[in-house]
Amino acid sequence: SSWWSHVEMGPPDPILGVTEAFKRDTNSKKMNLGVGAYRDDNGKPYVLNCVRKAEAMIASKKMDKEYLPIGGLADFTRASAELALGENSEAFKSGRYVTVQGISGTGSLRIGANFLQRFFKSSRDVYLPKPSWGNHTPIFRDAGLQLQAYRYYDPKTCSLDFSGAMDDISKIPEKSIILLHACAHNPTGVDPRQEQWKEMAAMVKKRNLLVYFDMAYQGFASGDINRDAWAARYFIEQGINVILSQSYAKNMGLYGERAGAFTVICSDAEEAKRVESQLKILIRPMYSNPPLNGARIASIILNTPELRKEWLVEVKSMADRIISMRTQLVSNLKKEGSSHNWQHITDQIGMFCFTGLKPEQVERLIKEFSIYMTKDGRISVAGVTSGNVGYLAHAIHQVTK
Amino acid sequence: LAAYRTDEGQPWVLPVVKKVEQMIANNNSLNHEYLPILGLPEFRANASRIALGDDSPAIKENRIGSVQSLGGTGALRIGAEFLRRWYNGNNNTATPVYISAPSWENHNSVFVDAGFKDIRTYRYWDAAKRGLDLQGLLDDMEKAPEFSIFILHACAHNPTGTDPTPDQWKQIAAVMKRRFLFPFFDSAYQGFASGSLDKDAWAVRYFVSEGFELFCAQSFSKNFGLYNERVGNLTVVGKDADNVQRVLSQMEKIVRTTWSNPPSQGARIVATTLSSPQLFAEWYDNVKTMADRVLLMRSELRSRLESLGTPGTWNHITEQIGMFSFTGLNPKQVEYMIKEKHIYLMASGRINMCGLTTKNLDYVAKSIHEAVTKIQ
Repeated sequence: SSWWSHVEMGPPDPILGVTEAFKRDTNSKKMNLGVGAYRDDNGKPYVLNCVRKAEAMIASKKMDKEYLPIGGLADFTRASAELALGENSEAFKSGRYVTVQGISGTGSLRIGANFLQRFFKSSRDVYLPKPSWGNHTPIFRDAGLQLQAYRYYDPKTCSLDFSGAMDDISKIPEKSIILLHACAHNPTGVDPRQEQWKEMAAMVKKRNLLVYFDMAYQGFASGDINRDAWAARYFIEQGINVILSQSYAKNMGLYGERAGAFTVICSDAEEAKRVESQLKILIRPMYSNPPLNGARIASIILNTPELRKEWLVEVKSMADRIISMRTQLVSNLKKEGSSHNWQHITDQIGMFCFTGLKPEQVERLIKEFSIYMTKDGRISVAGVTSGNVGYLAHAIHQVTK
Repeated sequence: LAAYRTDEGQPWVLPVVKKVEQMIANNNSLNHEYLPILGLPEFRANASRIALGDDSPAIKENRIGSVQSLGGTGALRIGAEFLRRWYNGNNNTATPVYISAPSWENHNSVFVDAGFKDIRTYRYWDAAKRGLDLQGLLDDMEKAPEFSIFILHACAHNPTGTDPTPDQWKQIAAVMKRRFLFPFFDSAYQGFASGSLDKDAWAVRYFVSEGFELFCAQSFSKNFGLYNERVGNLTVVGKDADNVQRVLSQMEKIVRTTWSNPPSQGARIVATTLSSPQLFAEWYDNVKTMADRVLLMRSELRSRLESLGTPGTWNHITEQIGMFSFTGLNPKQVEYMIKEKHIYLMASGRINMCGLTTKNLDYVAKSIHEAVTKIQ
């Protein structure tokens, strides 16, 4: 007999299931709109030129492979903080922050979650927007926290339920934890406007909530790194000492290299040092110290002026292609003769789009047209190309007319 | 943190690693896409094969699983998190976890942070005889509650450098089998210890041949010199394929909330190397270079101490194995070494053999001699 006889089979990952089914499909017109990774206009993975250049620099330097410090590569963490906060940020210039390298977005979120579990004694409750990235819930749960929700997405309008969100946030018990998507909300693509962010900041301050920003798409959403970081920076300027996780998976295409960072804005540099020491104590028994490759690539790009410039151009071109696919999808739907309002497709931002399609319609798209997406009607716009946007519009029209 | 050093006292990037990195850099067909949650398939299969052996019955019977992890630490943590959730009941945080006295200090933190509430030690190092306290170890195993988890160092025990002999491992396995104790091997030095992959994996393979279900946390930090790329693997050996499959599906869930999927670079280097007979041979040679240098430093240090007539016995220096050695120096003598001779060792008397070079051997030997003769 085995120690593991009672171990249940884990449920299949829903998004993985989409890709698996896609792979098995023999239809030449098939489309994978479940993929959460950028694709170029030929549907291929895209390695940024600035990344290739950084890699060539690394290869030529013949560096050693010595362990990084527990908190990661210093040039990387400092550049990450500056990227998120802005070089003119008072918090950044005064040094009243700590940034540690994390294993991309997930690892950075988890460090923060573990830190909250250990040191944030005011509450065990994390408030997520409804809906949120599927992995948020298990991350916080495994860290020992509890999950609550605030209204966010309005399925009737496919946009932000702002009054619902404000109403719910106004009722969150003081000193609870609230998670906000800094930009390009996943999975809906629905972001608050700047005036709405201002009202949310005032409410959050009034309720004395601890704010956790998840910023996985800086630069990738609008094409402008400063615009995408506006909300997080505004909150900090309002005196809200946020905590923040960053990912370089999408904006630098460093997916498998796992480059990310976790930041805590503190009262002062001395507090930041104490927080840093505790973060290290959390990290060491997880994986000792972080992997170098991705962080070093990101660091070289951020810290080398020509490469940073090139990166900004490339990240804008990725964002622009996504925006252009949104526009083309809407215009193609009009051309197909669809009478529905598809404005939300261009109002939404980032990699993902909540189409508003119902499960039955999604099922038909999969079965009749070999177009694969998750049951909630979410599509990855990154999987759309100028070559297949017409087919997609045609198929969507067929199942919605 | 301990890392290998050349005879010039420098870090050493293995020649085969440099070669493979260049191959990877030149390969424009490679990209940076996400790896699967459990890691790079070619890495996982090869890594487990290295631990268990090409002719492992467990591999033949398709009852092994692998989880690519962030170094040996990451592998230990995933294994610990799984055990806390699924071993000996559901979420049984009360299952005792036994760690050797002494052990790598991070072992304790890994299991505490994974949620275990009852962490104990088992006797291991006998300071008086400067060797393994086998009787104490076996005694602690006899007295341990059934189903307790035991963290075993596969080879090159950290920090003592003292390993059980094959015969002693057989006695350990017999008790563990009878008492239903769970073996969780930590294998951070395979190849690096003796220069032989098979010899350094003997204990793990013996336990597999005895029919144990076990975990083995592997690190490729030392034997590939890939410290900062965080290359590790958790090998799972189960009773049959079905059990292993279910275990892996649950490990996926744990990985997903910890780091989602593992880093690509280091795994590619190891997979490329292990799956090519030519590169594998080059790697084996590089590993032997490191192991041989450490073994040479051990024998040179011992012979100098014996020539100097340093009080005490010094055979433990060559009987111990791996990166570290428990010299037997007491805290006062260690303080003397640090303050007066500027030789840095741990308060436990642990010395990193990689820090020895042909240039400093005489100085180190003389300093130990002084410390032992001047300070009691």
